[in-house]
Amino acid sequence: MSAKIPDFEIRNLCASVEGKPILQGVSLKINKGENHALMGPNGSGKSTLANVIMGHPAYEVTGGEILYHGQNIVEMEPEERARLGLFLAFQYPVAIPGVTVAKFLKTAVDAVRGVKNVKPAEFMKELRENSEYLEVDKAFLNRFMNDGFSGGEKKRMEILQMLMLKPGIAIMDETDSGLDIDALKIVSKGVNRLVGPAFGLLVIMHYERILNYIKPDHLHILMQGRVVLSGGPELVKELEQKGYDWVREKFGEEVLAV
Amino acid sequence: MSEQSTEQILADSEYKYGFVTDVEADTIPMGLNEDIIRMLSGKKGEPEWMLEWRLKAYRWWLKMKEPRWANLDFPPIDFQAIRYYSAPKQRSETEIDPELQKTFERLGIPLHERNRLEGVAVDAVFDSVSVATTHKEMLKEKGVIFCSFSEAIREHPDLVKKYMGTVVPYTDNYYAALNAAVFSDGSFCYIPKGVRCPIELSTYFRINAMETGQFERTLIVAEDDSYVSYLEGCTAPLRDRNQLHAAVVELIAMENAQIKYATVQNWYAGDKDGKGGIYNFVTKRGHCKGRNSKISWTQVEAGSAITWKYPGCVLEGDNSVGEFYSVALTNNKMQADTGTKMIHIGNNTRSTIVSKGISAGESNNTYRSLLQILPDAKNCRNHTQCDSMLIGSLCKANTFPNIEAENGSAVLEHEATTSRISEEQLFYLKCRGIKEEDAVSLVVNGFCKEVLKQLPLEFAVEAIKLLEMKLDKSVG
Repeated sequence: MSAKIPDFEIRNLCASVEGKPILQGVSLKINKGENHALMGPNGSGKSTLANVIMGHPAYEVTGGEILYHGQNIVEMEPEERARLGLFLAFQYPVAIPGVTVAKFLKTAVDAVRGVKNVKPAEFMKELRENSEYLEVDKAFLNRFMNDGFSGGEKKRMEILQMLMLKPGIAIMDETDSGLDIDALKIVSKGVNRLVGPAFGLLVIMHYERILNYIKPDHLHILMQGRVVLSGGPELVKELEQKGYDWVREKFGEEVLAV
Repeated sequence: MSEQSTEQILADSEYKYGFVTDVEADTIPMGLNEDIIRMLSGKKGEPEWMLEWRLKAYRWWLKMKEPRWANLDFPPIDFQAIRYYSAPKQRSETEIDPELQKTFERLGIPLHERNRLEGVAVDAVFDSVSVATTHKEMLKEKGVIFCSFSEAIREHPDLVKKYMGTVVPYTDNYYAALNAAVFSDGSFCYIPKGVRCPIELSTYFRINAMETGQFERTLIVAEDDSYVSYLEGCTAPLRDRNQLHAAVVELIAMENAQIKYATVQNWYAGDKDGKGGIYNFVTKRGHCKGRNSKISWTQVEAGSAITWKYPGCVLEGDNSVGEFYSVALTNNKMQADTGTKMIHIGNNTRSTIVSKGISAGESNNTYRSLLQILPDAKNCRNHTQCDSMLIGSLCKANTFPNIEAENGSAVLEHEATTSRISEEQLFYLKCRGIKEEDAVSLVVNGFCKEVLKQLPLEFAVEAIKLLEMKLDKSVG
């Protein structure tokens, strides 16, 4: 009996930065329709994992594979990964002065959809709809990309991009850090709009409170560059029953920052 | 790895205007002396007063020393090894040579009445002479004079005598003196009182002949309550020897008049090792003579081995306004020392300076400016924004802003930034599916936005394409 090829799989991934090993054999499987959470202490390699998945040039993959629909993407450029359907919501989104949000999004949507020119009218309609849904003010679209944005505005911008690009697999790198409850609600509202059979999610969390808004069905704990505990709905359920203190007791105080 | 490939993209960009047109040329011998100047003036059938002015300038120039204060490195120029006049032989008086028509068409400047550009009148200058000027009749109806400088000397001598050299006298600097002695052509515009020039005026400068210098002179006079927008573009063939381009531009704005002057400069910049290319040593100055007059300079400097120019404004009329918007892009071994001069003489005069320098490869990009508030000039204002962007780690960016405020009521603001296209910026854009070349050009266009939006729409599109071409290996 052959198992179905997972939509997204990381196999025994090892990566280093400036010769220093960070990831030391990470394995994970994510299918579309699933909602995964990854937690781990500071320095365990959470953000490194997110960057390596997208192909950040500062990280060197020293072993293992990253498979998208069974295809190894380790050698691909970041833009090729994005076009396959991978998306990373950045922990620290970068400012692009002089480039409006609308222009940026149009360029990205054209690039990812591989259409020379998505019709401007169609694009604008979609953009307006998604902006309204995320309660993004219209004036915002004419501001320069992340230039002078507050932390909350930047995160909301990441989610707006995610809604426009409609990825197959999205990774959210500590999108919850630095957000107040209202902003967190908007972020989760955005994520929940995409949740469905065509969308798989990996949430790298900083605070456990995001779990109140984004309900994961899978959970992974990363420590010292390895996934030390992984489980499906049963593990999530167990956690809910025993509380997150149980994780802390089992893996040490640092697993969850409060 | 990412920066490396960005540099690669820049190094690989090709210059698509590098072709040579095969035309028979009417030239004079190489070298410079009084006889050469007489010969040049004679070729153009100039009146005696013009020749006298040239000779005075030449004699002044002989007494001057080549300036070396700029942050530029180039060997001494042998002025005897330059040909000062080369004109394509015209087969007839009325018809433009088909080869020349083809050349300008290839440059995107159709000259034939049938398919000429709408909304823009073009004066096409090929080496030392103007070969055609479009839309002349329509402009004439409005009283606007737009013609080659040579024609202006013949047809409008009083205007030329009255204004030529009043903003940039031949004593101004070494290259201005040289230009005054040997200038061969250029454009002349005169906008009468109360007229709003109905279309854009433009001059396209093309250097074709080898070992020839181009020395053109442009003079624009806007009478009271008039308005004109003028554009200039430039290209030259790929050659492995340096060629000199030393132009003078004078603008004069009377009461309530407004002149907008835009340049997209794409002279051949030399190859990636710095061989060949144009020395672009230019003096451009505007005189806001009347009250409430306004002069705006916008320049996109993307070519030339060396760019050395400071388009400035002398703000004499009370309440007059001077503006300078500049993008200077250098890559490979290009050098630029450019900026502006704003001289505040009248009361309540205002100036705005926005300069965007982009350095890539091993290039050296310098911003230099002089902001002067004279003792009697009350309530003057200046805002300066001066930004530099570095691509790669081998290039240089320098800024030398000079401020001389001699009246205490002046309000001056100066902001400056230096940034680098970072690996993080490129990674962010690439994660959104955007290719590296497109990511670089998106960042660069964003950086230049404040300047590019000053250009007329079609010209802005051209300028963006030019910057992209300079940054994109796939275009050629």
